[in-house]
Amino acid sequence: MELLIKNGYVYDPINKINGEKMDIAVKDGKIVESVSSDAKVIDATNMLVMPGGVDIHSHIAGSKVNSGRILRPEDHYKDVKPRTAITRAEVGHTVPSTYTIGYRYARLGYTTVIEAASPPLKTRHTHEELNDIPLIDKSCYLVLDNNWIVLDYLSQGEIDKCAAFIGWIFKALKGYAIKIVNPGGVELWGWGKNVESLDDQVPPFDTTPREIIRGLCKINKMLNLPHTIHLHTNNLGKPGNYRTTIETMDTVSDLADGKPNIHITHVQFCGYGGDSWITLRSGAPEIAKYVNNHNHVTIDLGQVVFGDATTMTGDGPFQFILQNLTGNKWKNADVEAEGSAGIVPYKYKRKNFVNAVQWTIGLELALLIKDPWRVFLTTDHPNAGTFMKYPRVITWLMSKVAREKVLNKINKRAKKRSTLPSIDREYTFYEIAIITRAATAKALNLANKGHLGVGADADIAIYNINPMEIDPSKEYKKVRRALKRAAYTIKGGEIIVKDGEIVKSFIGETFWVKPAIPEDLEKDMLREVSEKFKEYYTVSLENYIIGENELASSKPIAVKTNL
Amino acid sequence: MKTIRNVVCPFCGSLCDDIEVEIEDNRVVKVRKGCAISATKFTKYNEERIYKPRIDGREVSLEEAINEAVEILANAKYPALYGWSCTSTEAINIGIEIAELVGGVMDNTASVCHGPTILGEQDAGISTCTLGQVKNRAELIIYWGCNPAHAHPRHMARYSAASRGRFVKGRKERTVIVVDVRKTHTAKTADIFIQIKPNSDFELLTALRWAVKNGELEQEEIAGIPAEKIEELADMLISCRFGALFFGLGLTMSAGKARNIEAAVNLVRELNNYTKFVMVPMRGHFNVTGANEVMAWATGFPFAVDFSRGYPFYNPGDTTFVDVLTRGDCDAALIVASDPVSGFPAEAIRNLAKIPVITLDPHETLTTMISKVVIPTAVVGIEAEGSAYRMDAVPLRLKKLVEPPPGILSDEEVLKLILKKLKERVK
Amino acid sequence: MIKVILITGRSLNQGVSKELGKFSKEYMEKVAVCELDPEDLKVLGLSSGQNVKVKTKYGEVVVKATESTQAPHKGIAFIPYGPWASILMPSATESTGMPSLKGIDATIEPAKDEEILDPEKLIKMVVGREP
Repeated sequence: MELLIKNGYVYDPINKINGEKMDIAVKDGKIVESVSSDAKVIDATNMLVMPGGVDIHSHIAGSKVNSGRILRPEDHYKDVKPRTAITRAEVGHTVPSTYTIGYRYARLGYTTVIEAASPPLKTRHTHEELNDIPLIDKSCYLVLDNNWIVLDYLSQGEIDKCAAFIGWIFKALKGYAIKIVNPGGVELWGWGKNVESLDDQVPPFDTTPREIIRGLCKINKMLNLPHTIHLHTNNLGKPGNYRTTIETMDTVSDLADGKPNIHITHVQFCGYGGDSWITLRSGAPEIAKYVNNHNHVTIDLGQVVFGDATTMTGDGPFQFILQNLTGNKWKNADVEAEGSAGIVPYKYKRKNFVNAVQWTIGLELALLIKDPWRVFLTTDHPNAGTFMKYPRVITWLMSKVAREKVLNKINKRAKKRSTLPSIDREYTFYEIAIITRAATAKALNLANKGHLGVGADADIAIYNINPMEIDPSKEYKKVRRALKRAAYTIKGGEIIVKDGEIVKSFIGETFWVKPAIPEDLEKDMLREVSEKFKEYYTVSLENYIIGENELASSKPIAVKTNL
Repeated sequence: MKTIRNVVCPFCGSLCDDIEVEIEDNRVVKVRKGCAISATKFTKYNEERIYKPRIDGREVSLEEAINEAVEILANAKYPALYGWSCTSTEAINIGIEIAELVGGVMDNTASVCHGPTILGEQDAGISTCTLGQVKNRAELIIYWGCNPAHAHPRHMARYSAASRGRFVKGRKERTVIVVDVRKTHTAKTADIFIQIKPNSDFELLTALRWAVKNGELEQEEIAGIPAEKIEELADMLISCRFGALFFGLGLTMSAGKARNIEAAVNLVRELNNYTKFVMVPMRGHFNVTGANEVMAWATGFPFAVDFSRGYPFYNPGDTTFVDVLTRGDCDAALIVASDPVSGFPAEAIRNLAKIPVITLDPHETLTTMISKVVIPTAVVGIEAEGSAYRMDAVPLRLKKLVEPPPGILSDEEVLKLILKKLKERVK
Repeated sequence: MIKVILITGRSLNQGVSKELGKFSKEYMEKVAVCELDPEDLKVLGLSSGQNVKVKTKYGEVVVKATESTQAPHKGIAFIPYGPWASILMPSATESTGMPSLKGIDATIEPAKDEEILDPEKLIKMVVGREP
């Protein structure tokens, strides 16, 4: 199966291609040098061509997401689409069905998405849902920082066995990276408590949040995992928490060796200055300064979009606080020996002072951080907004006028306090391509994603907009419209979207890492872990393990470790 | 002879996964560790078995039966697809695709079990956890309107009152309270038994919440319980380190139904302002939770999903199967892994008997008795593997231990065949 | 005759006998029963094992009265889930999807000489014809 995409303006930052008019050749699902005259031709004249989007943090599958769906039938009624010969029925707004998620990402030109937080004990559920998300390639991060076995080993200073255990968990449960959520705090939530600083104790474990983060950072390096540790900070959602965020970033700076070794997620939620909801202000300038001066950190935005959202995180205590603040219905679901999850419906309002400040923070971060290779576009879907709003967020980054329009509608006190009105920077298409596909693929170390070089997977997005003629600063509405409905989305060399409609559906791949653990170390570790399992868990170790055949389309990635 | 360990029991929502079976000559000959119900299921699953498909009572080939089923579903204006709680998640998933294709209404047994729990949750939320969290931390346990001694026999030893966890080492370190209208066998093992007047759970739950929040009640007696007792209880709930409320059909089926659950949710929510408290529904069938999960991820809604508009529509009380039947709205039915004729009210059964019914089940039941098409299937968890979700939504994998009888396929396989032929018939 | 509140529910025997088959002797023996508080049995002048007729607004059925081992619960009668219990239940769900399967007003009277219908006969009675 051959394709030739002709005459498009290509943005491929990994290969340093910046709006060059060139052809892209596809054969058997890969980008190739050239194709025969039999190739199907896509005329991309005057169109923008990019690699398919790579979303590094989104809540798309698993028990937490499904709890959100079940909790919120009211979310589904407003957003439905009847089934067609090619597509299943679509339903849901902030917590859509699995099919809806796949189709909607595809229509936006996204082709790889990662579920941001899967509790190990329920990861089988995550995979069953991933199996039912069409078209995109996908994976999941495993939440490991409040895991009793991890905490036991870290407390006892047994870092080798801890690394072996974590390596084994990736093989057993088929995940991609180490996810950390309010380290220590979520374990204390098992008693209804929380932590407030990086150096709080986490009884009965002899450890602190700082030690957990550093331990996992070291282990990540020992295991040589493709992505860094992916971290949701302590004190999320608390006024003044930007300090915790900077402290968190700084706590592993001595462990870095020139490359990023920590990714802080949805930094908007942990970028608050002030010391109360009344004195709330943006902490983005301080965080941006730190990120600009330290290249061991990557972040993603968690940009707020006004309107409906569903907050869902593994930060049980934070979700409880949010429930008390809003009075909204609240689901809490602790997972034995591992963590928690909380879901609270939410709505971001322009005239609400806090929401307006939150809105400015994500944008300030993106505009003040100089290196687009280390700041990624997300809305922490569906926490700060849905992924359907990515095109809108992009226009806020590319157009000061677009930002001003919103600034004039938000709470006036928030606007006055924000540095956003004074920022002139406007992202280019090249930079947008970086923060939505090139940089994320690079941060994930997915060699065949996020670029259009020969050998890459043929995951391509073509948008009906002429980057040479359009002025995205003034004509941002056109940009938004074009990015909302791809002219073409190509996945593995197959045309899946044409003019914003799904034309073909199939299941993409679930990729996961398979670290090589030395046999003896693994055996010793498993002997201990089997005993702990009997006491800590209510399932047998054998049944905890997920078979590869449970994944509809499994793509293991062998990883040579430093163990 | 071979021994298979860590077998997941396909009976109740406890989904115990430590069962050991011995297999000889393609039969289960011995079961270890399971409760009495489990042992019976694993050894007697060939009782009242159906071995050949039937149409109108006469034996036919599988192909004929499937063709007839396809015709019935394709020609129906509003077919109902019901049951699902005693089969694999994979099978249920195929059922969803069928329901969507034929524009019917799909419901599972939750609607007559913990459906009201889901309704209460959709109004007020819920603070819950997996069972190990209770085992490890809960020093106070309440069983309200449920009787695990009879319905979830190993629950107390494996997960709750008598379980041994990391921080709570056994029954002695726990306080157990039972609230029920009878002094059940579970109540007889409790430290405190509250014999509540029937149909007054809403009042007692609300009173407890008041007492938690304000300390004192104004009435002398509520729900048949003296005010001082309620206040005393409230104190106990606040002062424990971790409390867990297990609740069952005593709340979902008696007066108030979903409102009872809402009252319980709000009580637990209030308690979380003082201590740590959770509640876990005692789900009945071994994969009713899985039915809710897969229906939710595929359609947005956990049960009672109507596809007649081409997209999922949810309106319990309207799209729930008992109501659909009572109104006489559906003109055909596909029943999988369930026996509604054994458990539904008379009017619903009468209307079910009037329409063509296709039933997939390994055994003769009252539902197969009135069905036009009967397709025997394998016993999931013994003769067919698949995914199932425990009452706390922990997903496990049911094993295939022996081969099904010749010619008998799994629910999943039969439904796939029906779906394939339907896709040719319906666009 | 006595007035009771009727509840239905699971029992260990109902669970075990269910696995032996819905048409088995054991199922009928264990499920076509009505567990009564010893005091209520006394008022009816019956001993455990004699038949009673249970009536609600929605239907009536003959089952075997047994002395409850989960007493005291004077004024409450328990019938395990199954076709005999279901006959007595309302089909109205009050917009919840759930019929009221617990807490229904019922009367109980001796029916020593009346037979308990087996599941087949029971369904024939409900459906009004040969199934």
